[in-house]
Amino acid sequence: MSIWEYANPVKFMRLSGAILPWVVVGAVLCTVGGVVWGFLTPLDYKQGATVKIVFLHVPAAMMAINIWVMMLVTSLIWLIRRHHVSALAAKAAAPVGAVMTLIALATGAIWGQPMWGSWWEWDPRLTSFLILFLFYVGYIALWSAIEDPDSAADLTGVLCLVGSVFALLSRYAVLFWNQGLHQGASLSVAPGERMSAVYRYPLYLSMLGFLLLFLALLLIRTRTEIRRRRLAALQAREIRG
Amino acid sequence: MIELGKYAGTVLAAYGVSVLLLAGIVWHSVAANARARNDLHRQEGRTNG
Repeated sequence: MSIWEYANPVKFMRLSGAILPWVVVGAVLCTVGGVVWGFLTPLDYKQGATVKIVFLHVPAAMMAINIWVMMLVTSLIWLIRRHHVSALAAKAAAPVGAVMTLIALATGAIWGQPMWGSWWEWDPRLTSFLILFLFYVGYIALWSAIEDPDSAADLTGVLCLVGSVFALLSRYAVLFWNQGLHQGASLSVAPGERMSAVYRYPLYLSMLGFLLLFLALLLIRTRTEIRRRRLAALQAREIRG
Repeated sequence: MIELGKYAGTVLAAYGVSVLLLAGIVWHSVAANARARNDLHRQEGRTNG
């Protein structure tokens, strides 16, 4: 059995329909559990209650980058092997990625105001994240603007390749440029930099929750796209008589 | 009682914005899926007579 069998829309619908309820249950349990657990953590000696924002900001930022990487992989599969389900999965993922990027930007700004004394700084990581958000918006707009779905998949696939530079920059900007306000990795394992277990475990659970939430939304939205494609094919057949 | 100290507004704003955005994308995804499923069922019913 090959993984490419699931590029067949019928097989994808059957498999995704079977696993979707389990993914939804896992997503709800882990996301609600992680975020509520994070909300109940004690105040940090330096940041006070604002430390609780990390349980939303870090998982959202992690997913913002990883969703674009997932779109890159599925776009490459479309461009090389022409599997329609992979192009539709990339299209389905983009609005979720845009929302995750927006959550990361908004929670970062809300946290930054009392901690940095500023809602926004043209810091390398913040700026590359803003550009990543604009790429998400452009990607969604391009899909909407082109009528032929295969041409739209081709062009958005190329846009996705270009945007990947900013997805990587968002992740590694702090390492490339030793300037700016944004701190390094929140889950550093370096001695003396490791986050306390009181905050680390709810953060792990929240990150797992956001990952499962994305998977659930991805499956739902890809199934929607496959149904729309089938509907369009049936309507075209009816018009042709 | 949950203690939020002087940053209560900041923390609640961050949680509020995030919950609203997440609820929005979940609602949009589920509603679009239900609409597509119903439209397809109707069309298949018409096509199959």
